[in-house]
Amino acid sequence: MSEIAVQVDNLSKRYTIGARREKYATLRDRLVSGASRLFGRGTGPEADATNAMWALKDVSFSVKQGEVVGIIGRNGAGKSTLLKLLSRITAPTHGRIEITGRVSSLLEVGTGFHAELTGRENVYLNGTILGMKRAEVTEKFDEIVAFAGVEQFIDTPVKRYSSGMYLRLAFAVAAHLQPEILIVDEVLAVGDADFQKKCLGKMEGVADQGRTIFFVSHNMQAITRLCKRVIYLEDGQLRHDGSPHDVVKTYLHSGLGTMAVREWLDPVKAPSSRAARLWAVRVRNEEGQYTDQIDIRKPVGIEIEYEVLQPGRKFRGAIDVCNEEAVLLFVALEADPEWRGRIRPPGRYRSIAWIPGNYLAEGTMIVNVSLDTVEPLDYLFKVRQAVAFHVVDTTDGDSARGNYAGSFPGVVRPLLKWTNEQDLSNTQERQSVSGPT
Amino acid sequence: MDMAQSESIINSPTQKIIIEEKRSGLLRVDWAELWEYRELLYTLVEREIKVRYKQTAIGVSWVLLQPLIAMLIFTAIFGRMAKMPSDGIWYPAFILTALLPWGYFSQAITRSGTSLVSSANLVTKVYFPRMLLPLSAIVSPLIDSLLSMGLLFGLLMYAGIPLTWKVITLPAFILIAMLTATGVGLFVSATNVKYRDVGHAIPFVVQIWMFVSPIVYPVSLVPERWKLLYSLNPMVGVIDGFRWALLGKSAPDPFMMGLSLIMVLVVLIGGIVYFRQMEREFADII
Repeated sequence: MSEIAVQVDNLSKRYTIGARREKYATLRDRLVSGASRLFGRGTGPEADATNAMWALKDVSFSVKQGEVVGIIGRNGAGKSTLLKLLSRITAPTHGRIEITGRVSSLLEVGTGFHAELTGRENVYLNGTILGMKRAEVTEKFDEIVAFAGVEQFIDTPVKRYSSGMYLRLAFAVAAHLQPEILIVDEVLAVGDADFQKKCLGKMEGVADQGRTIFFVSHNMQAITRLCKRVIYLEDGQLRHDGSPHDVVKTYLHSGLGTMAVREWLDPVKAPSSRAARLWAVRVRNEEGQYTDQIDIRKPVGIEIEYEVLQPGRKFRGAIDVCNEEAVLLFVALEADPEWRGRIRPPGRYRSIAWIPGNYLAEGTMIVNVSLDTVEPLDYLFKVRQAVAFHVVDTTDGDSARGNYAGSFPGVVRPLLKWTNEQDLSNTQERQSVSGPT
Repeated sequence: MDMAQSESIINSPTQKIIIEEKRSGLLRVDWAELWEYRELLYTLVEREIKVRYKQTAIGVSWVLLQPLIAMLIFTAIFGRMAKMPSDGIWYPAFILTALLPWGYFSQAITRSGTSLVSSANLVTKVYFPRMLLPLSAIVSPLIDSLLSMGLLFGLLMYAGIPLTWKVITLPAFILIAMLTATGVGLFVSATNVKYRDVGHAIPFVVQIWMFVSPIVYPVSLVPERWKLLYSLNPMVGVIDGFRWALLGKSAPDPFMMGLSLIMVLVVLIGGIVYFRQMEREFADII
């Protein structure tokens, strides 16, 4: 079991930006230069490096047989490029990959599905495209159809399927692949919550059979649940490689230079002014634990610890919360009735701003912290990106998304109070209003 | 999970794949891999055939109707109005004998030429030998053509033209047409990935090619001094071969036939080399 399944050495991939839109003079010129390149003369692709961009640069790692490896990183970090290289869809610019075993890649569900063909025909089509033998598909056919729950419609063209049925059938085929190495892009983000759970369960089953799996996801819960090891890519480079817990934590903090707990023990480096000095900013949950993972339903506290140095002043803390797209969600000024407008004598203070549960959207939240004095108004310091935390939505059905499992837009996600009433007022009465006119 | 599955994993021969930037020899096609993927070729051909006549009222009848209508039009225009010579053969039989291999050939290069682009979603999402896409488009119109052969045999019976032993040579001529189409299809499909201009140009090329092939006229109409150049077109040998095998026309000139064959090889090898050269970029630029 400890044999190397995938060995990646100094893997790099360069894309020429806008290659398709580049101003090539004429097709004839291109053919001429292409022909000279074909015969070994001419400049070759190395020459025009000006508008090139490295999607992946010098990435090396090795994966043992049976390892389940999560790949994380922001959009554009090179995750998809890595998967495409591993699955041989595209070729590396430099470097080398050595793969031992049969590979199947699942970068999309339903690759090759044809709307005009029936469910049955598409199962065979998709299965063989993904690398199964026809006999294998036949053997697993009933299981696939049952998993998707489309028995009644299996001989209906898939263009008549609902989108849910279509996705279920497509995933069912993929879920029954039996490769030694499975490469999966973010495909679990489809279907309803029940089906997602089923898929995740199926993936765990595959992992338990000792197969090597590469799994890309933005869903950190799925990553930590499935993977024993996580690779974190940033700007095309391997930034971190280790246990899911450590890497996911680094991922959530880095790139922003922030974390759930930020402390300034060295007074020289601490944000300060003559009036006050900052000691720490922390993200805490209801139970008082410092954490970067916040359940969307639970309140989250932003704790500002500072020391008042100058007597006789009225202080006011403030936070701004931004999401990962740097959209400012809100600004909150300290509003504690007990301390408002009261002079704070020198000493240590801790101000906590509680953001209610069922208010923020899921994703990474970045908090800027500042401290002012009022009367006279004086800005003491502001720390940008002081802390960051991750809001995790739930599929339990009691958050704002209810049972809806799809992509959920919006910068906030409040759980509103909805009321319904059935209009039982006399329908005749209404007719009598509109009737005579 | 059940034992059978885990066993099959252990027992399957472990293959080693090495991916690197260096190109292996241009002509070194991984034949073993192509063979390994033969079921996918079969599936792709099946898909194309099944999809082709879905949601049509008369379905597969189009396979017969298309050459039949073409034959009637060509007979009316070239046979009756233009009084085109046909080596003394009844014009409908003369033209249909050429229209079948030509119909196959034009379908094969048109479909294979656009095969990669029209299956871009496959190319960017899953690995398989890319050559399978143009190849499947070379194979699938063959099925149509075999069906429409029935029409030709019917017409020959009606005209009282007897079948001879020569009919067994037909597969050889079909093979020449297939190999030519493969070479052209590989070249065109690979170029079309980068320059969609090619897709627009295909219909014109096919039309011009049709008129430099002996379809509406006999080879005997070509002036002697142009014959050599003329025979560089492999379809000349194919069509002439069909007429020889089915209509009892004089045998094709062996020298010209040989020239055609050399051209087929040149086109085929050129197509493979070019395709191999371009293949690595497909997913990035398609």
